Amino acid sequence: MQIEFELNGADVGANVEARTSLADCLRDNLGKTGTHLGCEHGVCGACTVLVNGEAVRACLMLAVQANGEKVVTIEGLSGDDLSPLQASFRKHHALQCGFCTPGFITTAHALLTSEPDADEERIRDVLSGNLCRCTGYVPIVEAVLDARKFYAGQKEKA
Amino acid sequence: MRVRNSYIGQPMERTEDMRLLRGRGTYVADVNRPDQLYAVILRSSVAHGKINTIDTSRATQLPGVRHILISADLGVVVPKIPLRLQPLPQLEPFHQPMLADGKVRYVGEPIAVVLADTPSIAEDALDHIDLDIETLPAITSREQAEAMPAVLFEDHGSNAAITWKAFKGDADAAFASADYTRRETFKVQRHAAMFMEPRGFVAEWNSDAGKLTVWGAAKTAWYNRRVLAAALDLEVNAIELIEVDVGGGFGSRGEFYPEDYLIPAAAKLVGRPVKWTEDRREHMMTANHARDIECDVEIAVSRDGRFLGLRGLAWADIGAYIRTNGSVGPRNVAQYMSGPYTFENIDLKTTMLTTNKTPSGTYRGPGRFETDFIRERLIDLVAKDLKIDRVELRRRNLVADSQMPYPLASITPYDSSTELDSGDYHAVFDLCMKEFGWAEKSKLSGKLIDGYYHGLAVGSFIEGGAAGPSEDARLVLETDGSLSVYLGSSSVGQGLETIMAQIAADATELPYEKITVNHGSTSHVKNGHGAYHSRSTVMGGSAILLAAEKLKDSIREAAAARFGCAAGDVTIDGEQVACAGKTLALAGLSDVPLEVEASFFNKKYTWAYGTQAAHIAVDPGTGHVKVIDYLSVEDVGRIINPLTLHGQAIGSIVQGLGGAFLEHLVYDENGQLLTGSFADYLMPTASDFPNIRSITLELKPCPNNPLGTKGAGEGGLIPVGGIMANAIADALSHLNVQPMELPLSPARIWQLVEDAEAIRAVA
Repeated sequence: MQIEFELNGADVGANVEARTSLADCLRDNLGKTGTHLGCEHGVCGACTVLVNGEAVRACLMLAVQANGEKVVTIEGLSGDDLSPLQASFRKHHALQCGFCTPGFITTAHALLTSEPDADEERIRDVLSGNLCRCTGYVPIVEAVLDARKFYAGQKEKA
Repeated sequence: MRVRNSYIGQPMERTEDMRLLRGRGTYVADVNRPDQLYAVILRSSVAHGKINTIDTSRATQLPGVRHILISADLGVVVPKIPLRLQPLPQLEPFHQPMLADGKVRYVGEPIAVVLADTPSIAEDALDHIDLDIETLPAITSREQAEAMPAVLFEDHGSNAAITWKAFKGDADAAFASADYTRRETFKVQRHAAMFMEPRGFVAEWNSDAGKLTVWGAAKTAWYNRRVLAAALDLEVNAIELIEVDVGGGFGSRGEFYPEDYLIPAAAKLVGRPVKWTEDRREHMMTANHARDIECDVEIAVSRDGRFLGLRGLAWADIGAYIRTNGSVGPRNVAQYMSGPYTFENIDLKTTMLTTNKTPSGTYRGPGRFETDFIRERLIDLVAKDLKIDRVELRRRNLVADSQMPYPLASITPYDSSTELDSGDYHAVFDLCMKEFGWAEKSKLSGKLIDGYYHGLAVGSFIEGGAAGPSEDARLVLETDGSLSVYLGSSSVGQGLETIMAQIAADATELPYEKITVNHGSTSHVKNGHGAYHSRSTVMGGSAILLAAEKLKDSIREAAAARFGCAAGDVTIDGEQVACAGKTLALAGLSDVPLEVEASFFNKKYTWAYGTQAAHIAVDPGTGHVKVIDYLSVEDVGRIINPLTLHGQAIGSIVQGLGGAFLEHLVYDENGQLLTGSFADYLMPTASDFPNIRSITLELKPCPNNPLGTKGAGEGGLIPVGGIMANAIADALSHLNVQPMELPLSPARIWQLVEDAEAIRAVA
């Protein structure tokens, strides 16, 4: 089936089977390998992407469901420089192997975009849907807390 | 000597992060080759059985299916996976064949490999393979393994593979004359490393060149290349194993698994590149499991609280085969049970039992997590019996600085001995108590506040590192003056590129920004040993120091040729060389890159050590435990990068909390894995353990390597199970609840409370 959608701000098309997941479509058809598959059953969150601004598990969504929507992957959140959220992850050493990291960045970006004043408990609650085996989460939470200042005021602008 | 650079010890932000944070890393699932086929593996759904027939004819006819590899494709004798560590001949009967060879012995054992144009077609084809397996009784417990309603290896005639014996002094004499002894049984549950990136390989055979290239190497590429070469009957140099970004290891990834052979063998057979990526369910039933021991152990103590001896038996359920490093955990349980305490008399044995479960191997702190649970529990029980404060009892028995180096128990067979190298165990213990605020918090012991009973615990640990025999470093001063570092060390996500650049910058005095680090691929250096036993920093880092001295010689010689002076008269000053008042830049000094290689050899382990303390609260109605404060203090001799070290310490503790409370690979009586997804196998999440603190020190440099550093990063989790169980016992002391088994799940704690209350009601 031919689908068309907006990916990281550009119009793209892909020919997929009905059973192809959005994650496989992004990785295999469109070369966006920053979206990682850690479990393919919707628990680990490594494949989280933004669909119309919402954090979504790309392994649980079919590619055909993205037809006509706006999809943003980890590759779409920064250019040559790190985004403020990514820089905060680096500063706080909030990643080790980096495999789960795109899912945490997209999830945290969606959270702080809608709730730039989220407190630690709220941040931990939202991030509890993503698994990280390396960091113990402490530095990830510190990085997200520290990045809130870059999102303050963004919502009004948007 | 003037030191121009001082990157060692600085919290350098990681080089790796620039690509990993932007989705620009390359993990093995991101590697693709033109014209590649996709492999999917048919695995046994039966725990124990005899394969009567495999009929692939229907599956082969499906459009898009190119080949189905079965054991007959592998020659008359199916190759087996040899042991990387402790390769004893008596363990050979238990080596795993690359494909099930007549029998299946665990759910998940590979039987056939489907090669197809897409992964979906290959998965579809699995349903069309006709398989007739005659089921045999499944062995799923120690009792069954010993009673033998069936044996896994008929030729061997027993389900017991080998017994390790740790010995020191005269345990029987010590127990005979001891004032006090106590004997208890303990269990630690089967769980696993469970790194986030599934395993995978892409293999490509170039028949014209006779060359095989495999992407997806990790941990021990050079050893694995030798195994693969032997199994495929190729020269070692005909194979290149390439390490790309690796999504976590923790001991499990990178050991030689059946797929390490099957995917390259398939590529060679069909003459097209083959790609395989496991899914999570597959990972859970195929990658090494760990821990899974029972122990019947006894401690002897003098009236004044001096530890005299340990003796006992442990049984390790190693699963269906012995894997490459399968002896390490069971052996360590016996050899390292004494931990950081003085025990002069030890007699501990571990028997490895085969069962119809996934084979096991090392997982971060192998044997140590298990044995520390046992030892620290025993110490608190002794303190209670002898009415000695548990903090004081530990202080009284920690190995003293003046006793260093202090020998641990020796082990046999595959005899080895080791000694604690250095440390001020008492100073670290006291610092932990002070920073934790033990004196103040201990007033809460056993108190009921808002429905939760509060408890504290403290425990000390040792962490071995820096296994030999050697590691290689090759330094190349490029003609533009930049430095390329090539290492036998491997990265499993621990930040190797950053810390090795820090070490190289200090050693060569070249700008940090001009250094690139390459690691883990077999083309980089002559030999490598890789990432295990917390060895990368010590071994690879020390190799860089040696190579840097050679590089300076090489630079002086090149400069001498340009200056027309003696090499001994050349001075190196950062990016310049000078002789008799003339200077030249390193960039352009030579028309060809200056290249040196050095090996660092080491026979002695490093022993980092530390103390951890915790404050928890237990809800007796649900069995739920809240971790209110957790502090780890560890001395690693010398810190290369405090940012990455601190991160690993915290991450390790949280993994330990997973093992203490949540993680459990559960089998039913038929040998079926009941916890085959992340919905069933629970790991810590961001909301579970928010209050974790870690302090790392540079108190006592290691005397056995030029960096003075000790292997670190595993230590955090080692004492966690024991500390959590002791804290729960402290919280519920009014009921005399004594957890002797992990995990400390809500159901288990609730049951212990129920049982204790029933006993109290009768009394």
